[in-house]
Amino acid sequence: MAEHVAASTPIVADPAPPVFPETQRRALRWTLYVGYAALTAGIFHGLAQALSYAGIDILAYFPALRSYYQGLTAHGVANAIIFTFSFANAFLPLMVARALSRRLDDRLLWAGFGTLILGNLLVIYAVVTNQASVLYTSYAPLQAHWTYYVGLVLVVISTWLALLNMLLAWRGWKREHPDVRMPLLAHISIVSYVMWFLASLPIAVEFLFFLIPWSLGWVERTDPLLTRTLFWFTGHAIVYAWLLPAYVSWYALVPRQAGGKIISDSLTRLVFILFLLLSIPTGFHHQYTDPGIHEGFKFVHAILTFGVFFPSLITAFSVMASLEMGGRAHGGRGLLGWIPKLPWGDPSLSAQLLAMITFVFGGITGLINASFTMNQVIHNTTWVPGHFHMTVGSAVALTFMGVAYWMVPYLTGKRLWGRKTALASNWIYTIGVLIFARGMSSAGLEGMPRRTFLAQSAYNDPDWLVGGILTGIGGTLMFAGIALFFVVVAMTIWKGRAGEAPTDIPWSETLIEPARDGWTARLDRIGFWVIVAILLILIAYGPFFASYLPPNFVSPGFRIY
Amino acid sequence: MNVHTYERAFLTLGGVLLVLCMAALVYATVAMGIHLPGRSGEIDPLQVFSTPPFDNPGVHQTGPDRYDVVIIGQAWRFHPEEIRVPAGAELHFIGTTFDVIHGFHIEGTRVNVMLIPGQVSRQTYRFREPGEYLIICHEYCGAGHHNMYGKIIVE
Repeated sequence: MAEHVAASTPIVADPAPPVFPETQRRALRWTLYVGYAALTAGIFHGLAQALSYAGIDILAYFPALRSYYQGLTAHGVANAIIFTFSFANAFLPLMVARALSRRLDDRLLWAGFGTLILGNLLVIYAVVTNQASVLYTSYAPLQAHWTYYVGLVLVVISTWLALLNMLLAWRGWKREHPDVRMPLLAHISIVSYVMWFLASLPIAVEFLFFLIPWSLGWVERTDPLLTRTLFWFTGHAIVYAWLLPAYVSWYALVPRQAGGKIISDSLTRLVFILFLLLSIPTGFHHQYTDPGIHEGFKFVHAILTFGVFFPSLITAFSVMASLEMGGRAHGGRGLLGWIPKLPWGDPSLSAQLLAMITFVFGGITGLINASFTMNQVIHNTTWVPGHFHMTVGSAVALTFMGVAYWMVPYLTGKRLWGRKTALASNWIYTIGVLIFARGMSSAGLEGMPRRTFLAQSAYNDPDWLVGGILTGIGGTLMFAGIALFFVVVAMTIWKGRAGEAPTDIPWSETLIEPARDGWTARLDRIGFWVIVAILLILIAYGPFFASYLPPNFVSPGFRIY
Repeated sequence: MNVHTYERAFLTLGGVLLVLCMAALVYATVAMGIHLPGRSGEIDPLQVFSTPPFDNPGVHQTGPDRYDVVIIGQAWRFHPEEIRVPAGAELHFIGTTFDVIHGFHIEGTRVNVMLIPGQVSRQTYRFREPGEYLIICHEYCGAGHHNMYGKIIVE
């Protein structure tokens, strides 16, 4: 790559950023804050869980909490769903608005925010009153109060409103620029949420047609296998819906922060289109040990899950190449000498670099989860949360934290408070998550069950001891890392000095520009790719539904929590 | 589209690795006979205790060196809670549940299956070594989930 690097890389693509209206800044800011508040609220029980695996029970110090599983539900919903989607609802529309230099629709922005808040209130009511301790997977026939399901539906609807806002901006821009290719940043941001929109439809069906009428008592029974399948139909793609905004940042913003450029316009678009196509038809790999689903269908999903690894491999290489370019522009020499030369002192960049490092392990452990036969050894053991704390719990979370270090100042107009505290937070969290995941993975291989109150379980196994202790230590560090992050964000909002904030988002130039014509121009035709994605979904899920339906309404609801 | 030489090499290597992994999985399934649970019967969960074979949970010999092990999951215990089987025998685990979803995982083995209301789960396994193994419910099933376990004693 070295031959492409000039001594100082000119990066600014559009030197005169449009003034982003204050009303829209406020809407995006508040949406973002909902997510960071959820993250902070969710980590207290995260700490309790990690310590529980080490045999320490601190739940007695949680006054309002009636059970471990009530807190586990709150942790999952707040950290995995509210935090991630609040962030994406603010981040992706901002990227589109900036890339197209267009205003977003104010009413839609606030409608999205209102829906998100209302959804949150309903979920919080159900969880706090212990009427929804069903975990975020909400498997029937454990039954939650209807407000829990309706609240989550509203959260999903808020993501649809954000997508609609982006699509309207794109349509308006396209009318004025009929012969121009869509700017890269807008393309990948829109594709990310288009993928999620498609992926969210099965869970919408599950909640609207099965769980909500059942929890309201309109229908007496429900189908546990079918609702579980609909959940995982959405449930693996949801992970990519959390990951893709992080990828948007890694591809389009991180190179600039590192002093490099996006390597290839077309390749980046291709990666996001591949995610659109391949993210959804993979859900059965979460159900390998379920009865009632033919082995052949599971195998098809195993192959497709391996396929979705491929765009991540492209990403690994492309992002690394951008970073190498940046490191060399900062004077790095030799095979790996560019790595220490990266601007590690920038808390926004360092968070995201550390996120990428943990994601390497997250990817490897993910391949094992997807493995058709090996999964039987680790299914529902702590190996699985070990894995997803290195993907969602760090690749995604750390990236979203890193983005906060420029986005909160950008949206508030205030300088980042506590740069060194922010740097410390990144490192403490990363070291914590690696220790945590090491403990969970090794104990998981010894059969330690996940989602279990081990500090008070009726059984134990000496083989889990070391893994459990590492989980406790790592989880405590993770808690400390996020607590520091909260301090940095809160102090920036309240005490940050005004007027010293970034005036533009840190977006990158592209080394290899988009082609004006040829087949890569077709990557912009999102409608066409949606149809291809639907066809793939039909191939992957059609035979199951054809052989299974009509629903098998056998289970009344149970509230045994 | 201009793909850099290094990138092409990296992706080729990654692609080859993925294909090798998949080949290993096919080998495990076809040649080693490791199978995942599949479609193996439906049942009315409210009639479990009167539907064979679940009207008589426990270990039943079905041939020389072959046994059916019939298990029912309930919040928060297994029926039966203790199972005795001979080492080396071919064991057919047949399980279901009549309330919520449970897990059935024999620690240290690949006997790992979900018990879902309305579905019958089947899995085959042979213990080589005598010993005592822990059976864990590893799918959250309510407030007493962490108290749900069993034992399998291989003699």
